[in-house]
Amino acid sequence: MDIRIDKIRKEFGDFPALHDVSLNIRSGELIALLGPSGSGKTTLLRLVAGLEYPSQGRILFGEEDASWKSVQERNVGFVFQHYALFKHMTVFDNVAFGLRVRGSKDRPPKAEIRRRVEELIDMVQLSGMENRYPGQLSGGQRQRVALARAMAIEPRVLLLDEPFGALDAKVRKDLRKWLREFHDRTGHTTLFVTHDQEEALELADRVVVMSQGKIEQVGSADDIYDRPQSDFVFSFVGDSAKLPVTATNGEVLFKGAQTGLRTSAANGEKHIFFRPRDIVLQEDGPAFEGRILSMRRLAGARIAEIDAGLGEGAERVEIELPLGVPAEQGNVIRFLPHRYAIF
Amino acid sequence: MADQQTAPHRGRNAVSEPTFVRWLLILICALFLALFLVVPLGTVVGRVIMAGWGSFAETLSESDTQSAIRLTLAVAALAVPFNLIFGIAAAWAIAKFEFKGKTFLTTLIDLPFSVSPVISGLVYVLLFGADTWLGPQLKAMGFPIIFAFPGIFLATVFVTFPFIARELIPLMQAQGTADEEAAISLGASGWQTFFRVTLPNIKWALLYGVLLCNARAMGEFGAVSVVSGHVRGKTETMPLHIEALYNDYATDGAFAVASLLAALALVTLILRTLLEMKFGAEVGNGQHK
Amino acid sequence: MALGLSLTMLTLIVLIPLAALALRAAALGPTGLYELVFDPRVFAALKISFLTALAAAIANAIFGTLTAWVLVRYDFFGRRIFDALIDLPFAMPTAVAGIALTTVYSPKGLIGEWLTPLGIKVAYTPLGIIVALIAVGFPFVVRTVQPVLEEISRETEEVSATLGANRLQTIFFVVLPPLIPAILTGFALALARGVGEYGSVIFIAGNLPFKSEIAPLLIVIKLEEFNYAGATAIAAVMLAISFLMLFLINGIQSWSQKRFGHG
Repeated sequence: MDIRIDKIRKEFGDFPALHDVSLNIRSGELIALLGPSGSGKTTLLRLVAGLEYPSQGRILFGEEDASWKSVQERNVGFVFQHYALFKHMTVFDNVAFGLRVRGSKDRPPKAEIRRRVEELIDMVQLSGMENRYPGQLSGGQRQRVALARAMAIEPRVLLLDEPFGALDAKVRKDLRKWLREFHDRTGHTTLFVTHDQEEALELADRVVVMSQGKIEQVGSADDIYDRPQSDFVFSFVGDSAKLPVTATNGEVLFKGAQTGLRTSAANGEKHIFFRPRDIVLQEDGPAFEGRILSMRRLAGARIAEIDAGLGEGAERVEIELPLGVPAEQGNVIRFLPHRYAIF
Repeated sequence: MADQQTAPHRGRNAVSEPTFVRWLLILICALFLALFLVVPLGTVVGRVIMAGWGSFAETLSESDTQSAIRLTLAVAALAVPFNLIFGIAAAWAIAKFEFKGKTFLTTLIDLPFSVSPVISGLVYVLLFGADTWLGPQLKAMGFPIIFAFPGIFLATVFVTFPFIARELIPLMQAQGTADEEAAISLGASGWQTFFRVTLPNIKWALLYGVLLCNARAMGEFGAVSVVSGHVRGKTETMPLHIEALYNDYATDGAFAVASLLAALALVTLILRTLLEMKFGAEVGNGQHK
Repeated sequence: MALGLSLTMLTLIVLIPLAALALRAAALGPTGLYELVFDPRVFAALKISFLTALAAAIANAIFGTLTAWVLVRYDFFGRRIFDALIDLPFAMPTAVAGIALTTVYSPKGLIGEWLTPLGIKVAYTPLGIIVALIAVGFPFVVRTVQPVLEEISRETEEVSATLGANRLQTIFFVVLPPLIPAILTGFALALARGVGEYGSVIFIAGNLPFKSEIAPLLIVIKLEEFNYAGATAIAAVMLAISFLMLFLINGIQSWSQKRFGHG
């Protein structure tokens, strides 16, 4: 099912949660909504589900305008971070719920419900646990029950709100991989919300980065990480270093001095963004210069915190030093980023 | 965009009821409350106002009424501190220590809640009444229990026994023992720890427990009725005096005395609400079983 | 020391007197007890007490749950006062409630005068007993259901809606079942209180033997006749009912603790 989100605005009282958000989702895609809390990602997911209604704009399921359809009419599968399982029902009854509450016209016969529920429980690898209560399951198992329950109604789209947020790191990783396989097998259009960039980049076909009620960038993991299109995306996704620079006729100046770097940005006060590892140390010629404030070891790399202000106010950045280079606290080093962006 | 014209009534929150259903439910509950609580309470006030100040003052100046008020105050003045000591001790034991039979003890504390007040009085009659061995002996020694002050006191204590403990146990359990352990590790003695650490932590719940216990002690009817003997001017408490006046068709007098106890109940509730608004979770978590 | 003190006080004030009652009841012997309890007037009084308490507890279970729902879920003007008023029966002396209810529901009373033309007599009938028991037992269900309802997350209701359930289905299949232990607990508490209630009932009941005479009143009457054996027998039966209720409540609580992880 294609989903089109068309110029959606949403306000809660006076607080604007989403401004003019548009997004096209292709059938079968696995999409991550990534952003810090308050960025509007959960609101967007709830709008698609029909748990909230837009202040303006439209949501289309295929060709059909679903903007004002009730949540019951939309036929979406929704999974919450804290599972929201029905505690008084067994695993089987939880999964069967969506089929049993249907009107007598649309309700499958009992045997058919049983067959489908068992198939789903099997699919989420919980066979044999049909008669357990949610209180007797682990977190990962509960989340899989929630997923099976959402799938039981054959939803047009699957919506997951921080689905792994309440799980510990190990289970999270397993379940992430498992969800990817599950998605590839079932082919459901899936939207999930996360604040964990690693999760978004690893799992999704496309990542939607959001901030303050707006979409900052939509793209594949490579697009987002290698070609960030805004300062927010650059600093939010992955480690980044940031220094104030001036753009003058295509030249990048740092504290009035030439750096030898070039930019297509218009003239003015800008910032240069680069990844800590994307630097080359310079013997001579134009470069950024800074004093090492501290060093720490991070797995296979050394991270140096550098004050590039050189007396004129602190400009702290972190860069990665190659292991072979002799350097210690207090040394002055010169470097240039070989990949960077100016915003 | 035509769709948005119809938005407000179609775009209802998925997990709430339509406005008219909400108001209907609120109305039903308000009506229920009015029928069983508010109108009767209003009647007490209304009757006193209609009878006028003169009648009110007259009832209160009668010597029997004054003696009933004095007896009620005396009983409460003894029963409340008694229950205060028990309440704190029992709550302390249950909340801060682990021991065998704790659930049993908790059930025992709740027991008076589920015993009929008449039985609460009866048990003392069976223990100290005229047909017992003990009762006549004590009476001969000039210390009668039944149809006298000690019996009224005992019956009142029995009925109000759980109130303060019940108010304190959930709070003290929630607070745990960390504060006390810290105080002891800093060299405080047991009593110092209690007065400097434990008591300040529970003071508002304790205050409410005392108020509620007091209201119930002053208002107890069934248990006291059984042991009192109903001697006017001697063993009649305020609730018993209300009954006597009411049965004598001195209805205005009955409502005059009743209004005093109703006022006490209202003050208790208002204080509870104020305490709850101010201190939130510290007060009012105790379930009044 | 705290434990010792509280145990001593508990033993002196509660346990020894109750044990005295049990001993006196046992001294009557099984046949003696049987005869006293199945005396027609006694049996009728016990039946009236139990049935009226049952009716009142059922009414309170329904309206108490509804009230808890309204207080937790809806925000309206005066909600705080509403909430505070619920506790009125806990603080109000039963004798005061008794004369006030009788005045209001007597044929010429504020509410009674509206009911008389409809052919409904409340005061001086068993219906009056039920009215009084509803009034004194009202807070129990509200106060046991309220905290459990507050804990139920809105997310389970949202999930239910996404799965296609309409609002009524969600309320009956998703919201209500986890509340049942709390409702039952409140119901049992209201029932226990109702069976033993005395002060609020005797004014409004009319106290006609076999019709509107409650068991606690009969205890008082037997005592006034110095019929200690008769009083003891009725008390023993009532006490047994109370213990049964306590047992039931504890059972419900531990079952729901196991099943749902809350009380």
